[in-house]
Amino acid sequence: MEAVININITDLLGNKHQIKVPTDMGLNLMEAIRANDMQIKATCGGMAMCASCHVVVCNSRALPPMSEDEEAMLDDAFLLDIPYSRLSCQLKLTPELDGLEVKLGEGTGE
Amino acid sequence: MIETDILIIGAGPCGLFTVFQAGLVQLHCHLIDSLPTAGGQLTEIYPKKPIYDIPGFPIVMAGDLVKNLTKQAEPFKPGYTLGERAEHIEKMEDGRWKLTTNKGTEHLAPVIAIAAGLGCFEPRKPEIPNLIDFEDKGVDYIVKDPEKYRDKNVVISGGGDSALDWTIFLADVAKSVTLIHRRTSFRGHLDSVKKVNDLAANGKIKLVLNSEVTGINGVGKLENLEITNFDNDEITKVSADYFIPLFGLSPKLGPLKHWNLNLHKESIKVNPQDYSTNIPGIYAIGDINDYPGKLRLILCGFHEAALMVQSAHKYIYPDKNLVLKYTTVSGVKAF
Repeated sequence: MEAVININITDLLGNKHQIKVPTDMGLNLMEAIRANDMQIKATCGGMAMCASCHVVVCNSRALPPMSEDEEAMLDDAFLLDIPYSRLSCQLKLTPELDGLEVKLGEGTGE
Repeated sequence: MIETDILIIGAGPCGLFTVFQAGLVQLHCHLIDSLPTAGGQLTEIYPKKPIYDIPGFPIVMAGDLVKNLTKQAEPFKPGYTLGERAEHIEKMEDGRWKLTTNKGTEHLAPVIAIAAGLGCFEPRKPEIPNLIDFEDKGVDYIVKDPEKYRDKNVVISGGGDSALDWTIFLADVAKSVTLIHRRTSFRGHLDSVKKVNDLAANGKIKLVLNSEVTGINGVGKLENLEITNFDNDEITKVSADYFIPLFGLSPKLGPLKHWNLNLHKESIKVNPQDYSTNIPGIYAIGDINDYPGKLRLILCGFHEAALMVQSAHKYIYPDKNLVLKYTTVSGVKAF
């Protein structure tokens, strides 16, 4: 298991970025994106209460299941019907997620 | 025309504390906020969530912090323009700023302090093709005056606290209330969920689950709604005088974008010495500003408010020397 994992992110303009994230700091994906100076709105700061850190997962990884809060928030923001939608603030980055690919979703920019 | 010393855009924690700091140096403040109540994100997004990093409060609920900040500002008699968005600014001949809201309310002040957090909150709108054609013609995104719905047929959609709370409240006011929710469970407070279920069981409201509004019809104003049930894709028509979609609010930088401020991404660049912007007389504090080392924390916003007020005083009264007074020594001299 790697202590540092690679995450691939496609931004709203379609540009691809690879970020390296340590797994021993308890970061979630939203925080990792911010830490790499990429634009992500994430209004509520990680409470699953705004959906402005919405991402679409592009490759299958053993993602943790959605909490009821996350599912309800995505639903409220009309994003639940988009397949593989998640709130990046609810995805804790663990060694199993090495190689994860996501696209920033609508609502994460202005 | 509302006249004051510091016009604060944004009645969140940072804006509210500015009133207190300004009051200590005898400056009057007026707050403008697009939301109908003060508190910003704390009131709108997480009123019942605990905050642990306010100095001196091991734990405080966001809503309680707002209540305390409002009380702390009270001796200095702040004015409030709530439910209106700061839209346009204009420099007057005497050097003061005239700020006009989207409702046309005019304000005049030598200093503007932008404490707008992440911008102004705007309602999240469901994707119904002709929804905007019915705005203010039966479709409302915010309940401002519940009396408007007296003896009317009202349809509310949403599954969060505001949908539940207004359903409960309007059950006693409106002729009929129908609550439509896309899921079968609600994510609001348990007691609100119970109340809504009880009201439905007693026939006081109609609960339509696993469904959403997919069509709006009417001539000149809302007449009926088409509701699609996800189980069987069946469409039912429901007559309604009002449709209130309540899917929360999301912030947008909004009109500030066009004020020729020096912007970096979604933030306003400031001088970290006094949080002044590139435009003399305009400051930016709290989550909306950006400078090297910026941390988006409430406590940092408080610090910025205190420093900004000193600079604003110098800007308004260049010939007066300000001596720092301690509240413990001088107390709080109310206006």
